Amino acid sequence: MRELRALRPAILAGSVFIFFLLLGCAREQRNFREATPSNETGEGVQMSDIAPGHSADRKPNANPYEDSAYAVSQGKQLYEMYNCVGCHFHGGGGIGPPLMDNKWIYGSEPQNVYETIVEGRPNGMPSFRGKIPESQVWEIVAYVRSMSGQLPKDVSPGREDHMYSKRPEASTPKEHPPQTNVPEGQRQK
Amino acid sequence: MKRRLLFGTLALCFGILFLASCHGNQSALNSAGPQAARIERLWWLIFSIILAVYVIVLLWLGTALWRRKTTVSLNTFPPPQKDLKPERGATLVVGGAIGLTVLLLFVILTASVLTGHAIANLNSKNPISIDIVGHQWWWEVRYEATQADQTVVTANEIHIPVGQPVVIKTSSADVIHSFWAPNLHGKRDLIPGYENALWIQADREGTFRGQCAEFCGHQHAHMAFFVIAEPLDKFNAWLANQVSTPPSPIDPLAKQGEQVFLTHTCVMCHTIRGSGAGAKLGPDLTHLASRTTIAAGTLPNNRGNLAGWILDSQSIKPGNKMPPNPLKSDDLNALLTYLQTLH
Amino acid sequence: MTPVEQAGTASVVEVDSLQRLEQTWKDPGGFWGWFTHVNHRSIGKRFMVTAFAFFLAGGVLAALMRLQLSRPENHFLGPDLYNQIFTMHGSTMMFLFAVPMMFEALAVYLVPLMVGNRNICFPRLNAYSYYIYLFGGLLLYAGFFTNTGPDVGWFAYVPLSGPDFTPGKRADIWAQMITFTELSALAVAIEVICTTFKMRAPGMSLNRIPLFVWAQTIVAFMVIFAMPAVMLSSTMLLLDRTVNTHFYNPAEGGDAILYQHLFWFFGHPEVYIIFIPGTGIVSTIISTFSRRRIFGYTAILLSMVGTAFVGFGLWVHHMFATGLPQMGESFFTAASLMVVIATGTQVFCWLVTMWTGKVVLKSPMLFALAFFFIFIMGGLTGVLMASVPVDLQIHDTFFIVAHFHYVLIGGAVFPLFAALYYWMPKITGRLLNEAAAKWHFWLFFIGFNLTFFPMHILGLRGMPRRIYTYPSAMPWRNLNLLASTGAVLMTVAVLIFIVNFFWHVKHGEIAGNNPWGAATLEWATTSPPPVYNFAELPTVNGRDALWDASPQQPIVTGLDDDCRQVLMTHVMDADPDHRDEFPGPTPIPIIAAIATSIFFIGTIFTAKAFFPGIILTGIALLIWYWPKRQASLRRRKREIWQR
Repeated sequence: MRELRALRPAILAGSVFIFFLLLGCAREQRNFREATPSNETGEGVQMSDIAPGHSADRKPNANPYEDSAYAVSQGKQLYEMYNCVGCHFHGGGGIGPPLMDNKWIYGSEPQNVYETIVEGRPNGMPSFRGKIPESQVWEIVAYVRSMSGQLPKDVSPGREDHMYSKRPEASTPKEHPPQTNVPEGQRQK
Repeated sequence: MKRRLLFGTLALCFGILFLASCHGNQSALNSAGPQAARIERLWWLIFSIILAVYVIVLLWLGTALWRRKTTVSLNTFPPPQKDLKPERGATLVVGGAIGLTVLLLFVILTASVLTGHAIANLNSKNPISIDIVGHQWWWEVRYEATQADQTVVTANEIHIPVGQPVVIKTSSADVIHSFWAPNLHGKRDLIPGYENALWIQADREGTFRGQCAEFCGHQHAHMAFFVIAEPLDKFNAWLANQVSTPPSPIDPLAKQGEQVFLTHTCVMCHTIRGSGAGAKLGPDLTHLASRTTIAAGTLPNNRGNLAGWILDSQSIKPGNKMPPNPLKSDDLNALLTYLQTLH
Repeated sequence: MTPVEQAGTASVVEVDSLQRLEQTWKDPGGFWGWFTHVNHRSIGKRFMVTAFAFFLAGGVLAALMRLQLSRPENHFLGPDLYNQIFTMHGSTMMFLFAVPMMFEALAVYLVPLMVGNRNICFPRLNAYSYYIYLFGGLLLYAGFFTNTGPDVGWFAYVPLSGPDFTPGKRADIWAQMITFTELSALAVAIEVICTTFKMRAPGMSLNRIPLFVWAQTIVAFMVIFAMPAVMLSSTMLLLDRTVNTHFYNPAEGGDAILYQHLFWFFGHPEVYIIFIPGTGIVSTIISTFSRRRIFGYTAILLSMVGTAFVGFGLWVHHMFATGLPQMGESFFTAASLMVVIATGTQVFCWLVTMWTGKVVLKSPMLFALAFFFIFIMGGLTGVLMASVPVDLQIHDTFFIVAHFHYVLIGGAVFPLFAALYYWMPKITGRLLNEAAAKWHFWLFFIGFNLTFFPMHILGLRGMPRRIYTYPSAMPWRNLNLLASTGAVLMTVAVLIFIVNFFWHVKHGEIAGNNPWGAATLEWATTSPPPVYNFAELPTVNGRDALWDASPQQPIVTGLDDDCRQVLMTHVMDADPDHRDEFPGPTPIPIIAAIATSIFFIGTIFTAKAFFPGIILTGIALLIWYWPKRQASLRRRKREIWQR
């Protein structure tokens, strides 16, 4: 039958298409038992961009959870559950500083935010070391960064099933915090 | 003749297999209370009607096929319509069958509406009132009391006294769940933004398993609960125990365990009254050792299962909200000892 | 051969005319030409092949589910993958197989033939509806293969499918797939209604329309009223997820139950949309293989209409557990029981037809008879569900799974196989192998009952639906293993059918015009029909066209054969009304489908795609509807102006 023969190239094209698709999509990953990026990089986190001589080029540490919409939405739930809202509210700040603007006291890289949560900071930020498991800290880190629009729109959470308090993260325009541990010439605008 | 036997036997087999459903716990045909019993009676009424109808229709079909002539050619067309006579007898048969259908449907409708009215509530001035809040993937159980300090908060296990009406008020903290203990009653959905009420009563002692019956995410399959019906005095004793705050542990190992609880991730999500831990994200663990199961009915409550659950709940219930807790073995040992003192 | 059959085939004198007809009506061959076809049989075959491919995909997903559930606490599939698989299984079967096959494929292929015309109304829309359906299905599977398959159930209740609890794009892809498939169904519905009412052979008054055509027309009306509800509910879900509306957010005045009402307002008629074509098929096949006209034509027709109407008043029976007021629920119990009367009437009429007829047990009839065993059991367990108290026990358990597989497979899949065995000779010109058909039938019948009957008992024993595993302590192990074994038999049966299909293309017995001695007009032409369907357009003398034909049954003359001219007739008695010209092959349907797809798929990912998408689609539609000069001139010459 003519129609069947004509389908052959379509079937071939379709198989190739499917093969490439099987490569998967990072946004939708749901890892329930994940070995988390360890804090022990051995390098610490550079807080100032002034240094004697030349600075070695250093890539900012990436948070692999920032590709996963599931992880970011888990971070959002944890932000609520662990009472970050008590001081930071929904990003607007209160007792604690706002998290959705572009002023980052301790740096905006994932590593900086991780340190803030785990070590605590002067003037009232508690240390959650040993209280929040490491993988959950990274999820919260990802969410906190999404609050100022740092994450791609399709990974950031949408509106929640609560009273409407602020624009959801997926609709938040990207703030541009200054970068501290990347040499001047390599900073992204 | 053979075909008629075949159809009849088949229908009978189906009927017998249905009877095989009266099987134990979590069965809709093993009622332990008046609500489930009324539903079960209605079930048997409708079932016998539809079984009879099914057998009759199959016999009709079987006979029609059995009567056929075997030598008919597809090449000869039947005569055109204008040459055919009106079929009065057949019209009467079909009309009669429709009439019988309407009659049976009315019977079913009446029985159904009457039963629905009867199970809508159990008239009681002073029922025991239990609030159930559905979470992903566990049941928060609260026994309300007139005095706030007499409120009982527990999880995944409900005790009720035998022979007394209980009203269950359902709501949800996240998505739609459904509360279903088939031995006691049909199901009621837990819908965020709504509060529904379900009246149950157990007329005999026993432990009745129930399960979430509305798809609610990854671990919908592992969201069970138990309803334990016991004599009134045992129920009152249980309730009094649940209200009480457990004393501080005396045993040094248990004391160490309490410290482990308060210094690790546990304290971020769980309440144990008397210890200082007051988070409300996970089930209330104040009387954990008095419960028969853990993880919403997934595992029996014993030391080994508790250890496995604490260390790596994700391998038992992947996707659930409790993270893995890689504790050192000393800490784990102490923690387990402490948790097992929480009767 | 009867005189009417003779009129449908070529006589020597008119060979020139037939060659011109062939020239005018044929669609271009070749790879690129394939994308320009507007012939209804070409598009109908594509619908059938695509829908069957989705049926097989859905079957593979079901096999995976049964494998996982065959043992308690099995680790073959984790919860995330299992949830995606059962959602894909339900969505594939309901949106990508059942409606496209039972309604779209069969109606597009058969209705124009059965009403005796050359093409379906709105041929370009027909092609467009196929491409939209195809792209929607590809979207869903592209999602599935990239771990973005929906995992919230085929019905995707909120709040679980809302932005808070299903992150990522999974539910968005599902929601937009709905838009694609429902647009396709709506387009076909319009075509079917217009074809049935305006393009019938002269003499085919309303009370002489074949029951199959009536069934498809009634379903078309149901589609028009039901599909918008689900498009609305899924689009509102999409808006909640992407542009922060609050339709289903209780905290801001929305309602989670609203979604259920909208969805089931579509969902219940949907199952009748799937089932009524099945009854049309069964009516046709029982009449042919009982060698007599169907008994109770009017009763069956009114039953189908009654089912369609009453079917819109039943939707709350899917929501009895949500705690709606008791009085309201009783109303829906009454309506749900009322629909039994309509279906029962059809069953009684068929039984009488067989009782008073002379039954010939060929393969199509075997599958049609299975309807009685299987669909009727499913329908009767449905009576249990209509009753609110009983439904509160069996809702959302495997009892329901058993029920709807009995009604869907008994009411659609078995009649579909009957239809395939019945009409395949017309489509390909050769008969399928009868012996293989019997193997297929018995394996499928036994396998089906082995798989789904135990599920009734599992539901009564407390096994809920949509669970990826169950504890070994529950008494569900053996019945689940039995069900999984039955699934193996069903798989083998379908494989036999596929082998039979490929075998018959080369080796099947030549069918001739009318191998079954049937009555409807498609059997009045060759197998397969020529591109112009009928050499001479027939007229009709009674309800069973070929059986009631007179020895000098007239044919239609006066249509030009150098352009695609068709006869349009009046609605009531099919008196000739006017001649119309249908468009020839054109690539505009697929171009418009691609533009529409860019619009739909783009808006899943960003709201910025909205305006470019609309503009692209608008341009494509503009090109589509722009009048063609030559056709307009020919129309003016044809028209007779009354002064």
